[in-house]
Amino acid sequence: MTLDSLYVKETKAISRTKGSLLIAESIPGVQFNEMVDVRLANGEIRRGQAIDISKEVTIIQVFGGVSEVDLVASRVRCKGETLKLPVARDILGRIFDGSGNPIDGGSAIIPRDYLDVNGGLVNPAGREPPAEFIETGISAIDGLNALVRGQKLPIFSGSGLPHNRIVAQLIRQASVKKTEEQFAIVFGAIGISYDDADFFMQNLEQTGAREKTVAFINTASDPVIERISTPRLALTAAEYLAWQEGMHVLVIITDITNYCEALRELSAMREEIPSRRGYPGYMYTDLATMYERAGRITGKEGSVTVMPILTMPDDDITHPIPDLTGYITEGQIVLSRDLERKGIYPPIDVFLSLSRMMKEGIGAGKTREDHNNVFMQLYAAYAEGCNLREISTIIGAEALGERDRLYLNVADRFEREFISQGEGTKRKVEDTLDIGWSIFSALPEEDLKLIGEDLIKKYLPKYAGKA
Amino acid sequence: MGKVWRISGPLVIGEDMKGAQVYEIVEIGSDRLVGEVIGLEEDKAIIQVHEDTQGLRVGEEVKGTGTILTAELGPGLLGSIYDGLQKSLTVLLENNSFIERGAKAFALPRDKKWHFTPTVKVGDAVGEGDIIGTVPETHLVEHRIMVPVGMKGVIKKIAEGDYTVIEPVALLEEDGGGEKEIIMMQKWPVRKPRPYRRRFAASKLLITGMRILDYMFPLALGGKAAIPGGFGTGKTVALQQLARWAQTQINIYVGCGERGNEMADVLHSFRRLKDPKTGRLLQEKEIFIANTSNMPVVAREASIFVGITMAEYFRDMGYDVLLVCDSTSRWAEAMREIGGRLEEIPGEEGFPAYLGSRLASFYERSGLVECLGGPERNGSVTVTGAVSPPGADFSEPVTQNTLRIVDAFFALDTALANKRHFPAINWLTSYSLYVDWVKDWWSAISPQWETTRAIALKLLQQEAELEEIVRLVGPEALPESDKLVLMVTRMIREDFLMQSAYNEVDTYCVPLKAQLMLQTINRFYELAQQMLESGVTTAEIRTSPIIPRISRMKNIPNDEAEERIKELWAEMETSLVPQRGGVA
Repeated sequence: MTLDSLYVKETKAISRTKGSLLIAESIPGVQFNEMVDVRLANGEIRRGQAIDISKEVTIIQVFGGVSEVDLVASRVRCKGETLKLPVARDILGRIFDGSGNPIDGGSAIIPRDYLDVNGGLVNPAGREPPAEFIETGISAIDGLNALVRGQKLPIFSGSGLPHNRIVAQLIRQASVKKTEEQFAIVFGAIGISYDDADFFMQNLEQTGAREKTVAFINTASDPVIERISTPRLALTAAEYLAWQEGMHVLVIITDITNYCEALRELSAMREEIPSRRGYPGYMYTDLATMYERAGRITGKEGSVTVMPILTMPDDDITHPIPDLTGYITEGQIVLSRDLERKGIYPPIDVFLSLSRMMKEGIGAGKTREDHNNVFMQLYAAYAEGCNLREISTIIGAEALGERDRLYLNVADRFEREFISQGEGTKRKVEDTLDIGWSIFSALPEEDLKLIGEDLIKKYLPKYAGKA
Repeated sequence: MGKVWRISGPLVIGEDMKGAQVYEIVEIGSDRLVGEVIGLEEDKAIIQVHEDTQGLRVGEEVKGTGTILTAELGPGLLGSIYDGLQKSLTVLLENNSFIERGAKAFALPRDKKWHFTPTVKVGDAVGEGDIIGTVPETHLVEHRIMVPVGMKGVIKKIAEGDYTVIEPVALLEEDGGGEKEIIMMQKWPVRKPRPYRRRFAASKLLITGMRILDYMFPLALGGKAAIPGGFGTGKTVALQQLARWAQTQINIYVGCGERGNEMADVLHSFRRLKDPKTGRLLQEKEIFIANTSNMPVVAREASIFVGITMAEYFRDMGYDVLLVCDSTSRWAEAMREIGGRLEEIPGEEGFPAYLGSRLASFYERSGLVECLGGPERNGSVTVTGAVSPPGADFSEPVTQNTLRIVDAFFALDTALANKRHFPAINWLTSYSLYVDWVKDWWSAISPQWETTRAIALKLLQQEAELEEIVRLVGPEALPESDKLVLMVTRMIREDFLMQSAYNEVDTYCVPLKAQLMLQTINRFYELAQQMLESGVTTAEIRTSPIIPRISRMKNIPNDEAEERIKELWAEMETSLVPQRGGVA
C-alpha cells in the first residue's frame, strides 16, 4: 500500500449533474480514470470513475446512474486506483458480476495480483503468429474456416439464430490436436437475458467444464455501465491465466452488440460528436483494444483465443458493429437465415465466413495434407452449384445441361452432408475431409482441378485403399 | 517547465507553458509520457499524448524538450521494427513482451559500429546533400552518408574505419570560418518534406510481380496509389505482396492501426523470404513500422509521417523507395478522434475539415526527383495506401478525399473476394493514370502490350454485359460466339488475373511472363473464333487438351516461361484448327 492511497481524497462540493455524470470541484491528487465511491445521503455507495479532470472540475461517471444524488449531502471519495481485477488461479470455476464481485455465493478471491483491466500492450515484435489448429468438431469450421490458437474469430449472427447453441457445442468439443495441455474457458456475458446466461452455465455444468471456466455475467437487468467493464474483466482474467499460469484460454464474449449500444449511450451522455449511426468515432479503437488482447507471445506457454458473438441489427453485415469488428478480427463466422430456414444446423454461411489464420493452422502434420485442396475444391464446387441454383430458379432446372445439374446436386449434398451435423456430433477433422471426398466422387474426375493427382489417387473413394 | 491543468483521454492541457512551440515534444509526469503540443492559448498548451494517460494527475510536471517530432536517419534503419514514434520495438523487447508506458528506445543503436568509406577527400568543397562516404548497411543496400541539409563548406578532416552513428566521420570548415563535425546520424522533423532539386514525371514501371497491377493497372516509380476495400477483401495480403516483391531498392511497411497477429505474420515471413533478384533475405531492404490498433491513437497520426520521412531519406541517396501504408483510414480516424476532443467543428461524418489537405500532405511527398547534392542522382518515393471504407462503401470521406489525390486506384471488391478471386481487384472500376506514362517502358518488353491489354479489357467489359443476359435466359441460350467470349474471359480471370500469394511460383510474375500469358489467351481466342466459323461448337472446343495447359501457365517458373509458353503456342497452332471443308 502506498502512502498515496492512505491519504483520503474526498469532496462534498458537487456543483451539478448531467446525465449520469457528476460535476464536482477539483479534487487534488485524483488520477485520470481513477475509481471513486459516491456516497448518497441515505448511505448507499455507488461506484464511479473520474473521466475528465482539471484544476477546476472533476467529471465523474457514476455507475448505476445519478438518481437520488443530491448536491448537498452526497460525497465523492477517491479510491486511489484505477479499475483493477484481483486475480488468482482460484478464479477458475467462479462466477462474477460486471464489477468483478463474486455472485456464486462463494467467498472472495484471495488475490495473487491486481491487474489493470485494460491489459498490457503487447509488443508487436514479440508476438508469435498463431498456427495451432483447434479441432472444434464442427465441419463447417474445421474444414472451411479453421480456428487456431491465439486467433480472434467472431460469430456474426442475427436475432433468433442458434449462435448460443453453436457456441455451447464449441465449448463442449473444442480441443487442440496435440497433447492434453492446460485449457480454460472465460465467459463474458454482456447484457444478455437471464435465460441465455443460464443456458450457458447449465451447459458448462453438464459437460464438466465448469471448474475450468471463469464467468463474468452482466445480464440485461444489470447496470448498463458495467457492460463496458465486463468484457475487460473477462479478458484480464484470460490474460492472467494465459501469460502467468500458462493456460490455453478460449474467451467467449456475448453479445458485442449490447456492448456497442452501451458505448453509444455513454458517448451521448458525454456529449461527444457522433460518427456513423450515432456510435462514437473511437469505436474502432475501443473494440480493437479488446479484440487485440488475443494472441500468442514468443517465449510464453499459454494463448488467448477470442470468440466474440454479435447479433447483426437487421442481419446487416455493413452495420458499424459487424463492420468495425470485421476490420479488426481475423475473419468471421457468419450465420445464415436461409440455411436456418432450410433446417440446416449449424447454419454457417460459407461464402461470407472466413478464417484468415486458417492457412497457418492446416496441412500435413497439423490436420491432413489434403486439407487445403479439399477446402478450395469444395468451395469452388459449392460456389458453382449456388450460382447455377440461382439461374435455375429463373429458367428452371430442366433448361440446364447435364453437367450443371450435377453441380446443383453437389451444392445440395454439401449443405445436407457437410455443413449440417447434429448438435451432439463431434466430427474428427479427418472425417470432415472424407465427407468432402465422398461429395467429390459425384463429379467428373477432370473437374477436380484444384487437387493434385497424387491426392486424388490417395483419397478419392474409388481409389482409396487400392494404391 | 509547466504543469498538467486538465486531462481528458489522450488530450492534456498544460499551464505555465509560455515559450512552448507548436508541435514541440513534451514529456509528462513521472513516467515521462511523450506528448506533442498541438495548440497554444496564452500560457496554456494543448497537448496530444502519444501514450495511455490513465493514472495521470493534475499538477504533474510537463517538460518541454525544445524539439519538434523528428526521425533519426542513418545506418541501422534497415531491418528495424519501429512503433509509430520510431522507438525500436526490438530494443524494447529485450526485457519485456509488453510495452510499458513511457518506455524509451533509440531508433538507431548508439553502440553499433559501421564501416565508413569516404568518397571525398580533404580540401573538397561540399554542400547539402553531397555524398561524403558510404556504409555497407546490408548486403542489399549501400547506405550513403550525405551532408545534412543546411551545411556547406570544405572538408578539413575525413575518417575511414568503424564508427558509431554519433561519432564524427568528417570535419567541415564552413564558409564563415567556423568548423562543424558531421556524424552519420541526421535528424529530420517528420512533418516537413525533405528538399530535392527538381521533380520529374514518372515514366518507369514499378514492377510488383502482380499481374493485375503490372499489366492492367500499372504503378509508376514515384507514383501514388490507393487500395480501398471492405474487410476480407485482401487489402493486407495485397499490400504485403507489394512490400515483398516490388522491385524497389527499399521497402517501408507502415502498419497503421492494424492487427497485431498480422503484423507478427509479416515480421516472421520477412525473416525467411528472399529477394527474387539477389537471393538475399528481404528484411535487408525493409523497414517496418508496427503501430497496431490497440496502441494509443495519437501515435498513429505520427507513424505515417515517420515512415514517409525515412522513405525520403533513402530517396535522397538516389534509391527507389516504396512505402505501403495499412491503413490510411485508421490514420484518418485518429485525426477525427483528436479533432473531436479539441471540439473542432467537424466536416463530413465527424472527420475534421482538414482531412483532405492532411491526406494530400502525405501522398504529395511521393515522386521521382533529382536529389540535392552530388554526384548527380535520381531517387523516387512511391506511396500506396490502403483505405478501409466502412461497410465497403466507397462514397465515404476518406476514400473520396484519397481519390482526389492519387493517380492509381485499385478497387477491391467484396463480391470477388467472396468468390475467392484474389487479388480481388475489380477490373471494371479500377484505373491507373500511369498507363500512358509507362507505355515506352512496356514497349521495350513487348510492342504488343498496349493492344493485348486493350483486347482483354474489352472482353472483360463484354463479359459483364453478357452475364446480365445469362442471368435472365441461362447460358445455353447464348449464341456460340458469346459462349466463346465467356469461355475466354473466364480464362482471363482465372488463368491470368487470379494469382495466388501463397504459391511459391505464382506469387511473383515477371512482366514478360505476364505478357506471354495473356498473349496466349488472346491467340487462343483468335484460333477458337476461326474454329467456330468453320462449324466447330464451343462445347467441342472446351474439350481441347490445350485448355488445362493454359490454366497451368501460372505455375511455370519465370525463367522457363518464354521457352515453355512458346512451345505451347506451337501446339496451339497445330491442334486448334478449323474443321476441314468449312461448315458441315
